[in-house]
Amino acid sequence: MADLLTADGVRKEFGGLVAVNDVDFTIPERTIVSLIGPNGAGKTTFFNMLTGVYKPTAGQIVFDGHDVTGKPPHAITARGIGRTFQNIRLFQSMTSIENVLVGMHSRLKGGILRAVIKPPSLKREEIAAAEKAHDLLEFCGLRGRDDEFARNLAYGDQRRLEVARALATEPKLLLLDEPTAGMNPQETAEFTAFVSKLRQDQGLTVLMIEHDMRVVMGISERVTVLDYGEKIAEGSPQEVQSDERVIEAYLGTAAVT
Amino acid sequence: MAPGMQAVRDRAPALKRQSMPRAKRAAIVGIPAFFVLAITGSASLGLIVAALIFFALYIPAWDVLPLGKWIVPLGVILIAVLYPVYQPNLFDVLIFGNFPSVDTGVTMMIFIMMALGLNIVVGYAGLLDLGYVAFYAMGAYTVAWFASQHFSNVNVHAGGVGTAPSTPGFHISIWIVLIIAGVFATIGGILIGFPTLRLRGDYLAIVTLGFGEIMPQVANNGDNLLGHNITNGPQGINPIDPPGFGDTLHNAVGLPSDYLSSTNSTRLFYWTALFLVLFTVFCSARLRDSRLGRAWIAIREDETAAAAMGVPLMRTKTWAYAGGAFFGGVAGAYYGSFKGGTFPGDFYFNISVFILCMVILGGMGNIWGVIVGAAFLSYLNQEGLANIGAWMNKNGVSDFFFGKDIDVPLYTSGIFGIILVLTMLFRPEGLIPSERRKAEFREGVHDQPLYDVTHE
Repeated sequence: MADLLTADGVRKEFGGLVAVNDVDFTIPERTIVSLIGPNGAGKTTFFNMLTGVYKPTAGQIVFDGHDVTGKPPHAITARGIGRTFQNIRLFQSMTSIENVLVGMHSRLKGGILRAVIKPPSLKREEIAAAEKAHDLLEFCGLRGRDDEFARNLAYGDQRRLEVARALATEPKLLLLDEPTAGMNPQETAEFTAFVSKLRQDQGLTVLMIEHDMRVVMGISERVTVLDYGEKIAEGSPQEVQSDERVIEAYLGTAAVT
Repeated sequence: MAPGMQAVRDRAPALKRQSMPRAKRAAIVGIPAFFVLAITGSASLGLIVAALIFFALYIPAWDVLPLGKWIVPLGVILIAVLYPVYQPNLFDVLIFGNFPSVDTGVTMMIFIMMALGLNIVVGYAGLLDLGYVAFYAMGAYTVAWFASQHFSNVNVHAGGVGTAPSTPGFHISIWIVLIIAGVFATIGGILIGFPTLRLRGDYLAIVTLGFGEIMPQVANNGDNLLGHNITNGPQGINPIDPPGFGDTLHNAVGLPSDYLSSTNSTRLFYWTALFLVLFTVFCSARLRDSRLGRAWIAIREDETAAAAMGVPLMRTKTWAYAGGAFFGGVAGAYYGSFKGGTFPGDFYFNISVFILCMVILGGMGNIWGVIVGAAFLSYLNQEGLANIGAWMNKNGVSDFFFGKDIDVPLYTSGIFGIILVLTMLFRPEGLIPSERRKAEFREGVHDQPLYDVTHE
């Protein structure tokens, strides 16, 4: 299986602090890969480098055959990486459907003049986009919530809307940053099933940051563990689970001995 | 039965239901007001007619009906278009006195246009611009260059009216100059925007403030810019040619050949300004509902998330700047032609703040709100305060409070300051806020910066 994303010696320093220390990392196509590690291990920083929010201090990131190292976020999104945020970052005062339409930004055309003149082609495009956004909302379990302001949605629905918005960018790779945080066990199970379905139905590749071990172990093919910015283990969920350094990092030295 | 009528019948219950709360509100204000006016003897036929027209537009929920969403805008446009016709017959308003003259109406229209332009930058994209006057100045100087005798070593006549063919200088038709001015201001907006829009929030505001301060200095000292007289310094450039369609069009289809020499000159200026405002409203509405408009709101709410959704920050912000600048430029050019001159004193910082106040008072992001805010404040500035002052002096109010007559327009800046403070205290979302803004002010939306490097 070809690798969709390759990170080679990626490093991020904030002043003297090394947040991510020369991490090598690959994501094969159509897999679900998880990135785990204790708080402050550099998972989100790593995520932010993949999506262009941070520029790596050193190293190279290749996505789908293109070097995307240090490219701005919108260019990386256009290449096909969609993401959600750890702390929900919806456009609160926009409706659900508008949120999804913003996600389609790079897939739609139309500059300032075209917006003013509004030729029939643009009208058709907008109608098609709205229909697609509607379908996406339904697909993500938000039927009938099209015109509700994002801030009025229930917590779980806001999480779903974030995924819908990320899917609207038509990603090849979907990055989920702690998607089940704050969900109850039932919601978590539903969400896990939903992610599997995404991979099966849409051929998506998924990279997930997750704390909930049941989620990680249940659906990921491969797990990478970060601790203090370094990759300390990588492999199938079973392998990682029995790795001593992982247990140490997660549960403390006392648990090993 | 015609299908249209059927639709109206189907929706009659909804119409009735949705109209009731507004009818109640109107009655609560209207009935006591009527009695007060009747007792004080200031109720007139004109007032009653005006009130009836207002209620007819305000009370019924026209939106419910097919094509109903056009009824209120069309009604308002009709009222605005006919204003010069019925203005002389209008009643006096308590304290405020006369309705604004048509001449003041032109200035109000120009300020409405500028406020709508600034609204694209501040209201839609959320970029605080304290130097909007710069674009206004660019427009005003463009018209001064291309429709006056300023460049006396050339003699180019291309549709300009009101001057003899032998008059030196550029004399290009004002209609073309308006477009040139818009384009110049847009280019100016892009040039200013490109280096500055990387900044966020307060920093951007400070830099735009700087540009706003630079502009009048350049205008003031531009009579010897590298050896060229560009702006004619503190004297400004005048006279500027009036708008007009020229003799050919005048003879062929009856369009006025030269506004200034027309018998109803002020009305022509007014209607043209109104047309420009309608054009601005049209563009604003289209932009708001477009892909770009959505991207602007997304940026306003959360830059990081917007970028992650594929919105190119720099480009999108620059478009907001450019769009706002265009209308500022056109408004400036038209104002120059209306006043017949361009002077550096017109472009000081206070104008930027003045326009910003209009947007804030009216309701950021809402076209109706901005129109109301701009019309009200520019009216106060032009006529309203003087009228109020006259009323206070005449009725002994000034005497009672201050012991002597006062000249209210002298305190304009202070009064606007008070208006702004009161707005912020009691209605921070503005007079007529958009749905979105209302929500933001009630619950707050915070943009957490996440970038260590901002880049395009």
